[in-house]
Amino acid sequence: MSGHESSYTPTNAFTKWLDTRLPLVRFAQDTAINFPTPKNLNYWYTFGGILAVCLVIQIVTGVILAMHYEASVDGAFASVERIMRDVPFGWLLRYIHANGASMFFLAVYIHMFRGLYYGSYKAPREILWILGCVIYLLMMGTAFLGYMLPWGQMSYHGSNVITGLFGAIPLIGESIQTWLMGGPSIGNQTLQRFFALHYLLPFMIAGAVVLHVWALHVPGNNNPTGVEVQDVKKDTVPFHPYYTVKDAFAIVIFLIMFAVFVFYAPNVLGHADNYVEANPLVTPAHIVPEWYLLPFYAILRAITFDLGPIPAKLLGVIFMFAAIAVLFVLPWLDTSKVKSMRYRPVAKQFFFGFVAVCLMLGWCGASVPTDPVIKALQGKPTLVVSYTDNGDEVTSEYKGGAEAYEDAKSFMDSLPADASPSLSAVPAPTFQFKHLSLILTFCYFGFFILLFFLGLTEKPKELPESIHKSVLKRHKDADAVATPAE
Amino acid sequence: MKAFRIFTAGLAGLVLAASAHAAGDAKHPHAPEGGWPFEGVTGQFDQASLQRGYQVYKEVCSSCHSMKLMSYRNLGEPGGPFYDPEYPNPNDNPYVKALAAQNEILSPTPNDIGEFDYRPATPADRFRSPYPNVNAARAANNGAAPPDLSVITKARHGGASYVYSLLSGYPAPDAFVEREVDGETVTYVDMSKLGGHGGHGEEHAEGLLRLNPGQYYNPYMAGDTTPNYLGDPRHNPPGGFLAMPPQLIEGRVEYTDGTPATVEQMAHDVAQFLAWAGEPKQTKRKSLGLAVMVYLGLLTILLWFSYKRIWRNVEH
Repeated sequence: MSGHESSYTPTNAFTKWLDTRLPLVRFAQDTAINFPTPKNLNYWYTFGGILAVCLVIQIVTGVILAMHYEASVDGAFASVERIMRDVPFGWLLRYIHANGASMFFLAVYIHMFRGLYYGSYKAPREILWILGCVIYLLMMGTAFLGYMLPWGQMSYHGSNVITGLFGAIPLIGESIQTWLMGGPSIGNQTLQRFFALHYLLPFMIAGAVVLHVWALHVPGNNNPTGVEVQDVKKDTVPFHPYYTVKDAFAIVIFLIMFAVFVFYAPNVLGHADNYVEANPLVTPAHIVPEWYLLPFYAILRAITFDLGPIPAKLLGVIFMFAAIAVLFVLPWLDTSKVKSMRYRPVAKQFFFGFVAVCLMLGWCGASVPTDPVIKALQGKPTLVVSYTDNGDEVTSEYKGGAEAYEDAKSFMDSLPADASPSLSAVPAPTFQFKHLSLILTFCYFGFFILLFFLGLTEKPKELPESIHKSVLKRHKDADAVATPAE
Repeated sequence: MKAFRIFTAGLAGLVLAASAHAAGDAKHPHAPEGGWPFEGVTGQFDQASLQRGYQVYKEVCSSCHSMKLMSYRNLGEPGGPFYDPEYPNPNDNPYVKALAAQNEILSPTPNDIGEFDYRPATPADRFRSPYPNVNAARAANNGAAPPDLSVITKARHGGASYVYSLLSGYPAPDAFVEREVDGETVTYVDMSKLGGHGGHGEEHAEGLLRLNPGQYYNPYMAGDTTPNYLGDPRHNPPGGFLAMPPQLIEGRVEYTDGTPATVEQMAHDVAQFLAWAGEPKQTKRKSLGLAVMVYLGLLTILLWFSYKRIWRNVEH
């Protein structure tokens, strides 16, 4: 499973016997103990270990929760609350599981941005990156299915929106939607299949993680310089104890933040409406997904225009799926030979711009599309009097302060009785979230197109000869700063 | 470059803050004066207030609102209103038994000959529901079924403060005006007379707000007042309409501990009771959290020094 030569020698009769039959100990030694790892990995590289911990936490808490959960439209909501009240430490299990999903996504986003920054998707790690994208896709599926299970208002109406997306596909869309829901609408059968799949997908994730780690161990880790390991002795340290201890330290720091949410703000990342039992007849005022899906939700809603024969809804769905699909082809989109953005001065600027775009897309996803982005910049609303004049609909507009209202009022009084006037306030045109979403959507895709052309034209900085030399140079520079002019 | 990174970090904070968005255009709910005793890392419920809150729920709310997720035994559990350390099993607590027995319920299990009888509740039973089903609840309340209150503080933005503000935030009786319109009496709320507590110096709306029959105005209710507002539609008052008339009128309950039953006192007590009922284990959660933090903190220190020691001879 690993690209390096095995350094394991069995010491006693039993391990020798075992090694010729099932080299389990050799395998563990080679992958988790002796594995040569670049010595210059920074804390951004600890998120792989953090993610492994997240997956284990989710599976362990999830399996126990499943023992107490009841997948039925009549019992699901109450069974979740029963877990919170009557199952010993059930509240802890559920809060860890619910907040664990958020922590999992937080870690995976940092992990992905790290891969993007240091060029970890480039040869020879394309498969490693693609497997990561598969895991991310499975995670989104699992999270969406899991969000349905408490059977709250957001669960129900959120699922309605997502399954509705498939309905936008021409010709076969409606059949797919019906097939997913197991009937003409979301009901008990949908909840049961979503529960079954929510239990299945994490094990598929675990399988993909095994492949991901395998694909990591063939070429070995990338590192912040993006320069491959040349001399195993000089450039690397064994994974254990060097990185086990560094990862463990980072994991505990991460767990502290995790615990702050679980124990002191367990519901802050959720939505209050999900504590209202699902009611198909009452739609919440604003349907929003969990925070980690907001950027994609913003892209989905950003497209409000038809493009030729493609209706806006379908176009939004296409863009949303394309936003994920583009990650799969990233290894071939980026044409630069240099991996790490440390040595790509122009691409680096755009990388931070891309991070900002993703965050702002999340902000758009959480906002009402027609709300003004900056409230202070929006002008005063206009007063509009609508009335009928000889059977025609006529409107008359009034702008200004209190006197505009007086004017509109006296105008309404002056109209004949059969004019049936009504007064309304029309908000002033302004820069709305849907406009911002559209701009950001283009920026999002623009970044990937830009990577293609940038790689052809950008002049990178000089790369260090080796990992070892770059470390030495950094230390020399640091010493020079620390002891100036002696 | 650095400025850009700081900008990005700032954005991250903004996005996180924005995802916890505020509700509608209703007035922002506020905690009673002095705040809630159960908030904060070491917050605890005020047991006397919980007991009074249960009394308000029992005598006022429970005639329309169910609390299906609550059992009478919960009242005697650690942290609960009637917890007595002498009875670690709340089912043995005579006070809880007596409270349960005050309610006659339809037994959820059949008797020896297969019929369902009415009997006094035991601590193991769920809180008595005022209506047999949601249709009955709707029919008895002008078409609007009163929501279940078990997790109401988790199901509304603002939690206990929302319950407190809503219950004590109805317009005072002198704010109502009646007028004849087309031969019918229509009730209005005179917005200029709607003063009182909680105003954060915001501009007061003027003009009249028409009340539809069976509807009541409350500034903390999520909704839209525009269609009913006779005034400048650009300055429509905050809040919305609900089917529940003001319930807490001074002296509505007679507290057994002699506390004067003002509107604010009753709203405070029942909101605290509902905050407890919404998550009875929350004080336990916070105290366990403290131990977890201490443990993780010590582990961090140990791992930091292990890290330093292991890496001491490696330039990296």
